[in-house]
Amino acid sequence: MKCFTSWQGVQKEKNSIKKVMRMKQFLTFVQKEFYHVLRDKKTLLILFGMPVVQILIFGFALSNEVKNSKIVVMDQAKDISSQKLINKIEASKYFDIEESIHSQGQIDAAFKKGAIKMALIIPAGFYQNLVHEHKAQVQVIADASDPNIATALTNYANAIVQDFQTELNTGFEMPYTIIPETRMLYNPQQKSVYSMVPGVMALVLMLLCVLMTAISIVREKETGTMEVLLVSPFKPSLVILSKTVPYLLLSFIDIIIILMMSVWLLGLPINGNIFLLLAVSVLYIITCLSLGILISIKTTTQQAAMMISLMGMLLPSLMLSGFMFPIENMPVPLQVISNIVPATWFNNIIKAVMIKGLGPSFIWKEVLILTGMTLFFLFVSLKSFKIRLA
Amino acid sequence: MSDTVIQTEKLTKRFGDFIAVNEISFSVNKGEIFGFLGANGAGKTTAMRMLCGLLKPSSGNAQIAGFDIYKQTEKIKQSIGYMSQKFSLYEDLTVLENIRFFGGIYGLSNTQISLKSKKLVDELGLQQEAKKLVAELPLGWKQKLSFSVALLHDPKIVFLDEPTGGVDPVTRRQFWEMIYEAAHRDVTIFVTTHYMDEAEYCNRISIMVDGKIEALDSPSHLKQKFKATSMDEVFYQLARGAKREE
Repeated sequence: MKCFTSWQGVQKEKNSIKKVMRMKQFLTFVQKEFYHVLRDKKTLLILFGMPVVQILIFGFALSNEVKNSKIVVMDQAKDISSQKLINKIEASKYFDIEESIHSQGQIDAAFKKGAIKMALIIPAGFYQNLVHEHKAQVQVIADASDPNIATALTNYANAIVQDFQTELNTGFEMPYTIIPETRMLYNPQQKSVYSMVPGVMALVLMLLCVLMTAISIVREKETGTMEVLLVSPFKPSLVILSKTVPYLLLSFIDIIIILMMSVWLLGLPINGNIFLLLAVSVLYIITCLSLGILISIKTTTQQAAMMISLMGMLLPSLMLSGFMFPIENMPVPLQVISNIVPATWFNNIIKAVMIKGLGPSFIWKEVLILTGMTLFFLFVSLKSFKIRLA
Repeated sequence: MSDTVIQTEKLTKRFGDFIAVNEISFSVNKGEIFGFLGANGAGKTTAMRMLCGLLKPSSGNAQIAGFDIYKQTEKIKQSIGYMSQKFSLYEDLTVLENIRFFGGIYGLSNTQISLKSKKLVDELGLQQEAKKLVAELPLGWKQKLSFSVALLHDPKIVFLDEPTGGVDPVTRRQFWEMIYEAAHRDVTIFVTTHYMDEAEYCNRISIMVDGKIEALDSPSHLKQKFKATSMDEVFYQLARGAKREE
């Protein structure tokens, strides 16, 4: 009996030694992965340059707000009121009046040249009509070859005209007026960065985790080092796992960079719980890493891995996740596809937590879906990995 | 006869209808340099992958370093070294970092690793290059380093898959001196090659044709048997009959 217990003790000790050894092997491997990442300038540039550039581009250069659009004005009235209205338009930051013109033909010519985005026509007798009939018209013509800009511009013009009208009414007693008061929740100034930052986070993490992991694993297959690793006593699943560790850490740093930039540079507040935000981001990173693993197992060349990651993952994340185009407006087949794009769900989560300031009870569905996707990717990876070895 | 370290019995690998390796049986002794020859597509690589534990055999038995090829792959992996035809060290790591990495994944202790690193670097005369990236070394040195790294954990058997491809004759010569030295220390060398002069350096060689071992003996006996003046001729006589192409 005594002999038996001591044998058990030895066995236990052996197991713990084995565990320590495994851990040491694992750390050796992770250290090697860090060498790979930190010594490759291209990788480093992508890792830290890309999020910064993306935030700058999407935050500043690509903006839905239209400013300083060139317009022409055809003033046929030439009275006090028309002059007031024109001054008001000129004063706004949205419009730059290119020139005043006198014929319809000139307007057409200006549109055709692409020199202007909008034209404003004030018909003759503008002041008279206002005073005597309490009713006057202006015509707004917009270049709708870009419908988004056209809509934005006509909205701005309408708002200015409305404003002009209320100013005129002061002093008069109007019998009935209904002034709708519109409130834009969560994003009162309708700044485009509010929708850009969550999108950029989803995109950058997808690109880094999927692409970089896939490439780093496939590179070992290409160079032949994978075979040497598989011949070693190091467990194949640990080979894969340890390759993801550096990317997990570095992506986490990227999230923090993106968040800091969006708070201090773009002035975007973090309304929700920061820890919840970081936790769901880590979940999304893990989803992306497992997808990267899956791609790396299914492909044998770096090029193939890159093509699949870029075409198969990046484009859907960009186009179908609701980042660029609203999902509600997509045809049904694309809506279905958008549901299997992880970025769609992450987008929702980030919007909910970061901008709306909502808590865990509002995002559990998305979290569950991302978790499910991760488990699915890992399961399929494990399965195909075993088949390859057999 | 010294003790056997590799023993196979009707070892077979099928991929669907295709029989890549067809009932090969042979044994290799401790400290022996065993040449494993065959034309491209003869099934050498598949056979070697089974022996290394990378592929599961379809049927047959084998024992590597006394361990069963089906049940004890973990123990087999700990007792073998492997060097592939592709250069298999990390180019973006220094010489020392490579040694430390491979020592680490074979579970050597830190003291063992630093002792062995120093010894290895001294033996190869790489003192100047120890902290340089491996990418900067000439190919011949890389191959020698690769071989030394494969021997780092004192394996009983080393599998070398066309280790001297693309290496100049002088370095090849030096490489074989290293192989002899290892064999002298009772390490068994299992080597595939396409160079027939290298085949002559082996104690015994086997020649695979279409998944089967067609000949297995010492180079001199094989030459006698096939009435040939060189191994080149022996190989040609056997491989000519092959039906399979790559």
